[in-house]
Amino acid sequence: MSLLKIRNLHAEVDGHEILKGIDLTVNAGEVQAIMGPNGSGKSTLAQVLSRRELYKVTAGEITFNGKDLLAMKPEEAACEGVFMAFQYPVEIPGIGNAHFLRSALNAVRRYRGLDEFDAMDFLPYFREKMKLLEMDDKLLSRSVNEGFSGGEKKRNEILQMAVLEPKLAILDETDSGLDIDALRIVAQGVNAMRSPERAMLVVTHYQRLLNYIVPDTVHVLVDGRIVRSGGPELALELEEKGYGSIETETRQAAPASV
Amino acid sequence: MGSSINEIRNLTQQDYKWGFTTDVEDEQVPRGLNEDIVRLISAKKGEPEFMLQWRLKALRYWASLEKAQAEPKWANIHYGRIDYQNIVYYSAPRQRPGLKSLNELDPEIRRTYEKLGIPLGEQERLAGVAVDAVFDSVSVATTFKEKLAELGVIFCSFSEAVEKHPDLVQQYLGSVVPHTDNFFAALNAAVFTDGSFVYVPKGVRCPLELSTYFRINAAETGQFERTLIIADEGSYVSYLEGCTAPIRDENQLHAAVVELVALDNAQIKYSTVQNWYPGDKEGRGGIYNFVTKRGKCAGVNSKISWTQVETGSAITWKYPGCILQGDGSVGEFYSVALTNNYQQADTGTKMIHIGKNTRSTIVSKGISAGHGQNSYRGMVKILKGAKRARNYTQCDSLLIGDKCGAHTFPYIEVKNSSAHMEHEASTSKIGEDQLFYLQQRGLKLEDAVSMIVNGFCKQVFRELPMEFAVEAQKLLGVSLEGSVG
Repeated sequence: MSLLKIRNLHAEVDGHEILKGIDLTVNAGEVQAIMGPNGSGKSTLAQVLSRRELYKVTAGEITFNGKDLLAMKPEEAACEGVFMAFQYPVEIPGIGNAHFLRSALNAVRRYRGLDEFDAMDFLPYFREKMKLLEMDDKLLSRSVNEGFSGGEKKRNEILQMAVLEPKLAILDETDSGLDIDALRIVAQGVNAMRSPERAMLVVTHYQRLLNYIVPDTVHVLVDGRIVRSGGPELALELEEKGYGSIETETRQAAPASV
Repeated sequence: MGSSINEIRNLTQQDYKWGFTTDVEDEQVPRGLNEDIVRLISAKKGEPEFMLQWRLKALRYWASLEKAQAEPKWANIHYGRIDYQNIVYYSAPRQRPGLKSLNELDPEIRRTYEKLGIPLGEQERLAGVAVDAVFDSVSVATTFKEKLAELGVIFCSFSEAVEKHPDLVQQYLGSVVPHTDNFFAALNAAVFTDGSFVYVPKGVRCPLELSTYFRINAAETGQFERTLIIADEGSYVSYLEGCTAPIRDENQLHAAVVELVALDNAQIKYSTVQNWYPGDKEGRGGIYNFVTKRGKCAGVNSKISWTQVETGSAITWKYPGCILQGDGSVGEFYSVALTNNYQQADTGTKMIHIGKNTRSTIVSKGISAGHGQNSYRGMVKILKGAKRARNYTQCDSLLIGDKCGAHTFPYIEVKNSSAHMEHEASTSKIGEDQLFYLQQRGLKLEDAVSMIVNGFCKQVFRELPMEFAVEAQKLLGVSLEGSVG
């Protein structure tokens, strides 16, 4: 059974239609990449999937793990197993990173009817995940993302993903603002999380990230629609020719829709 | 974001949980205020002559202010005229005189305290808290008196202090907040009926957190308590007060006075968790909390810290301050003030630097939600002789929703050029992006709001004794329910 099924999805922000009919199916165990030029709707898709209310769905349906995702609040989607690694992680002053992560984990565990972790259980679990991402212990006690460097913030996102063990992980431009070493570490963390039960949706502008996280399928999003899909080689083609060539092809292929 | 605003609104509109009343027989004096009432109060309490004279002097002063309509008008708060002749100035639960043990306490009152979660029994010793409980205007029980007495620490009701330690009372009463200080302080001096008294002798570090719970129970009464804490040379004491009141449609007046005196090298830490009834969602009812609190660092290297968490009351008007008289003395003020629905708060501090090398720190966190109006008003005054004085002020406001307000009124007066002053201020709104981030990690909206607000208040909460910090966090969560919109 497919984990995520998107049918004819239309969505708008502030009255502007951004997604104009997306169809996409993702199975457990797969890593799919969504690529596209700026403004094509990649991030909107990620936000809609994580149920941000600023992004209004006007038509279509999304089934996640057999349930109607569009009927869920953000925290319900999260507890059901949808995780988004933010492009711009938010700072929460005064709240320690470890406390935040334990609260999140326990919220998810409560929802799933599991016992909550106390501080003693949590710490070893947490340390193990931190090792995976070569993160400094100091980041545990600091306030959530406050004063973190760009790379630290992105690593912190992946750490949260490792702690929460989602069914579907959406990486929204995770490579932006990362130098090559940080990119390698982040990719290493993501790859360690690949598993037959988990699907990943990697949203990116550049092919670079896909050298490290090799996808099963690549989709190209232009002007709110998926215009091409293919294997990893599609990303290389894009890198070489740029999005311009695809946009031209699209316009030629579908003149009637304008 | 529409539906999440609604949700936040629902969250912030939770009901006041401490609004029960207790059926105990009250002993009251007639409504109104005049010399006869003051004489009656003093007589009921069996006070010595000096107390009566002191009260009468205060009453005359207050009456002159009343006549001149000199009730303070400068604060950023709005309320109808208070009819001072329509208030009952003394209400005491009727009980047998001279309680020997807690078991003799009226069971109804004990149940009230149990509902409030204040254990008056053996539990407290384990918790390391000694409690003095003031119900309406009279102190009903003071626990752990004996254990404290072994160290020479006096912790008792004000009435008992007047009876047993009149010299200390006479020496210090009004020495920090004289009856001429302001309108409400004058009123309090005339009619206060009880409160707490603490004396910590030289060199003693008080081993327990001393704690008083205040509760207004009777209708149409005012509560006028007075607290006096004296820390003798080289001593240390940490004191906490908490307050609640039942739900009443009419407003009730609470005009308390707190005076602290720290002698050479002494330290007083005074913490307040104020949860008086705030009124309903339309702003009906609630306590007018008009309070004067001040500490005097009389001795060298003495220190007074105020920490307050103000979540209750329809109107809060209070400025716990420090007079830094001793050289090298230190004053601190850490405050969280939350206004939800139609609550108004005008609160802050006064730091008066007199001695050399005196230092003060002010950290104020204002949270406004619903239609709440929150003002920080602070004065830092460096007098001529205060060489190398230092002040650090940080003043942050958090807005939840778009119908509330945050205001800042800092007054800085420097008469000595060697002073070092810092002032930082910020105003922010709770962000949709922050809320969404936390929700995306699985937290419910109410938990997300509460987490962000708690993070905002962190600097203040960490100044509270541990067990009260937890209580304060919970209280903040509850007080916020129903306010973002």
